[in-house]
Amino acid sequence: MYYNLPFIIAAVIAVIGIGAMLFRRNLIKVIMGLSLVEAAVNLFLVALGYRMDAIAPIFTNAPGTSMVLPTVQAMTLTNIVIGIATTALLLSFTMIIYKKYGSANTDTVRKLRG
Amino acid sequence: MSMSKIVRAAADIIFVFILTFGFYIVAHGHLTPGGGFQGGAVIATGFVLLIAAYGSRALLDRFGKEWFRSSEALGLLVFIGTAFVALFLGATFFANWLANGGLIFGEAVAFGPNPGDLNTGGVIPIMNIAVGIEVLGALSLIVLYMLSGTEEGA
Amino acid sequence: MNGDFIIQNAPALLLAVPMLAAFATPLIGRLGSLARNIWVIAAMTLTSAIGLLLAYDVFTAGTVLYTFGALDPASALPLDSGGIPVRIIFTVDAMSAFMVIIAAISGFAVMLYMMASEAKGSGKDGFYALFLLLIVGILGMVCTGDIFNFFVFLEINSLAGAALVAYRVDKGVAVEAGLKYAVISTIGGLFVLFAIALLYGQYGALNMAVIASSMQYTGLDKIALVLFLSALAMKSGAVPMHFWTPDAYSMAPGSITALLVVASQASLYGVFRVVFTLYNVALDYAAVGWIIIILGVLSMFVGVTMALVQKDVKRLMAYHAVSQTGYMLLGVGVGLAVLGQQTAFDTFGFVAMEGGIFHILNHAMYKGLLFLTAGAIFYRTGTRSLNKLGGLGHSMKWTMIFFIIGALAIAGIPPFNGFASKLLIYESVFLFNPVLSIIAMVVSILTLASFVKVFHAIFMGPKQPQYSDVQEAPLPMLVGMAILAVITIAFGIAPGLVVDSIVAPAATALADQGGYIASVLGGL
Repeated sequence: MYYNLPFIIAAVIAVIGIGAMLFRRNLIKVIMGLSLVEAAVNLFLVALGYRMDAIAPIFTNAPGTSMVLPTVQAMTLTNIVIGIATTALLLSFTMIIYKKYGSANTDTVRKLRG
Repeated sequence: MSMSKIVRAAADIIFVFILTFGFYIVAHGHLTPGGGFQGGAVIATGFVLLIAAYGSRALLDRFGKEWFRSSEALGLLVFIGTAFVALFLGATFFANWLANGGLIFGEAVAFGPNPGDLNTGGVIPIMNIAVGIEVLGALSLIVLYMLSGTEEGA
Repeated sequence: MNGDFIIQNAPALLLAVPMLAAFATPLIGRLGSLARNIWVIAAMTLTSAIGLLLAYDVFTAGTVLYTFGALDPASALPLDSGGIPVRIIFTVDAMSAFMVIIAAISGFAVMLYMMASEAKGSGKDGFYALFLLLIVGILGMVCTGDIFNFFVFLEINSLAGAALVAYRVDKGVAVEAGLKYAVISTIGGLFVLFAIALLYGQYGALNMAVIASSMQYTGLDKIALVLFLSALAMKSGAVPMHFWTPDAYSMAPGSITALLVVASQASLYGVFRVVFTLYNVALDYAAVGWIIIILGVLSMFVGVTMALVQKDVKRLMAYHAVSQTGYMLLGVGVGLAVLGQQTAFDTFGFVAMEGGIFHILNHAMYKGLLFLTAGAIFYRTGTRSLNKLGGLGHSMKWTMIFFIIGALAIAGIPPFNGFASKLLIYESVFLFNPVLSIIAMVVSILTLASFVKVFHAIFMGPKQPQYSDVQEAPLPMLVGMAILAVITIAFGIAPGLVVDSIVAPAATALADQGGYIASVLGGL
């Protein structure tokens, strides 16, 4: 249970994020939900690499004890960078939509249908 | 859009430290946690601080969007250029052609526990610096563009 | 730069050239628009040439490995690593090479077309840079042999694609389409990353060959498979996750839509790669095969019925794209469903896979062609509405001819390439389950009906006064369309040659998981 706690929290954050994306009408909140899902995946990745009593994976300071897994941290970092790019893109889209439509509500942003 | 004199004076002072700290993180990316992206993000927050204190107009008067755009393009080109050089030296793309060569960043890594030497890592520090230059430009540009979208030219 | 150098480093150059070109485009753009255009044309031509060269190399000499950062491209397993590939490895087998051919041809044709169609627009530096990045994303997705790397290229693909969809703001409507596309892609990307994390947590590896060789098909693997399939099917525009397709395809500039088709197919390639290479022997073939078949049949049917009622020519074509994706899923799904039964696989399963894979190539050609003609019509008339268009056959003769070629190919009329691949699918699927084959034929007839209507609405009838000064599309656009049209006809006339030389090796490579693993890890 103690070991599984990060995974459970990751699942909870993901569910909150998906809930926000499905049930919120404001585009900004939808994007916040997306960021939450992303954070959940990041937490999941980092938790995968965790080991009890291990040190940071820095080669030159290695005292010979076990280290946490560096690969997942690299993956997380990549995902954070991608996430920043995505969020910036989505927010600038929202800004343009707000300017053109006068609203950032998902009910009004529906000119495309059929 | 500039704030009070106290804020502006404080921002002037803190900006130098933020810049120093950012470049420290960039330069030590191969030794300690951190690296190009994180350091670049720290430097970009310095510019955001200046924007907050003086307004985006004052910042653009001094630097201009072209300045940030150039730094973005320059960082990317240095990054991929470093990877390309390896091809012409007969190794594969992204190969670490500077490591253990004795030149800049070319020292071999000492074995065993040690605090780390800046002069190691081969192309990794160079790529970190390139990414740092790219990120500071890109993130500042994002903030500037978003501001110009909200302020309606203010 | 001699030939050996290029051939030896082809997989890296394939990405490095467009990436370098994309990063330098804003700087070159300051020298003037002529310099920038020459730069982009040169970069894309070089990329296509390298892509075709690499594909030729793969089809003649077998799978090409490229280990990034190593001293020697082929040293996938460093001596001191204990037999585990630690670096990012590009594994270009016949299936990857097949997709590279598609991207190279489409990219080149679209680039020529774009030079004319975007000439009037603003902000071209960014547009061309994003175009090149989209090419990087597509090529990276199909070449890589590392699932995390696949995710990164998927995201490059999504972000560049979404930005391009929204590039011409068009009163905010294009941005709305771009937002939808970006949100869907990001969710898909996160699903893929989550699935990758599940696999990495169990097997401690990111290389596809290593994961494939140790696949246990545990409960977590099943969850990962569901995540992979739903995310990548969503990105490839299969029903029931197709709703972004018509918006994004219709609002993107005409040139970009043709490339988005290829971008979606790269996701389709992801579906096939995950199912056949990552899982394969561990799978319950019939169950997963039927899931893909049902997705395919639904896509075919829903796509074409939605297309019948559309009034916007690009929306209509976008729904047909969904429908055609169904054929590819159907063909390859049938192949998967009988993969375990040797006799059935030899009699019709393999042919079905060939049909499905051949259809990917054909679809990229004729659908790209159709979107380019729609873009040309929009370029000259400024409208996409079928109710407003009419009588353009008098003034845009070449565009009309290209449209006819594309429309007959998509409807599966001989001697165009769509017929060749659809015939393979009909024949083989009929042996598997006659009902599916009949559905596929009915969908084809509906497709023909729909395009007859479109053709009539746009090109036939008297010359309309408001389009009296409409001229033929500019020459670069016509050349771009002509390239795709010639290939559409050529593949229709000599399908046997194409199937034998590139499609059959691709299908073999996809079905042969052991061969893929052995090419990276050495003989097992």
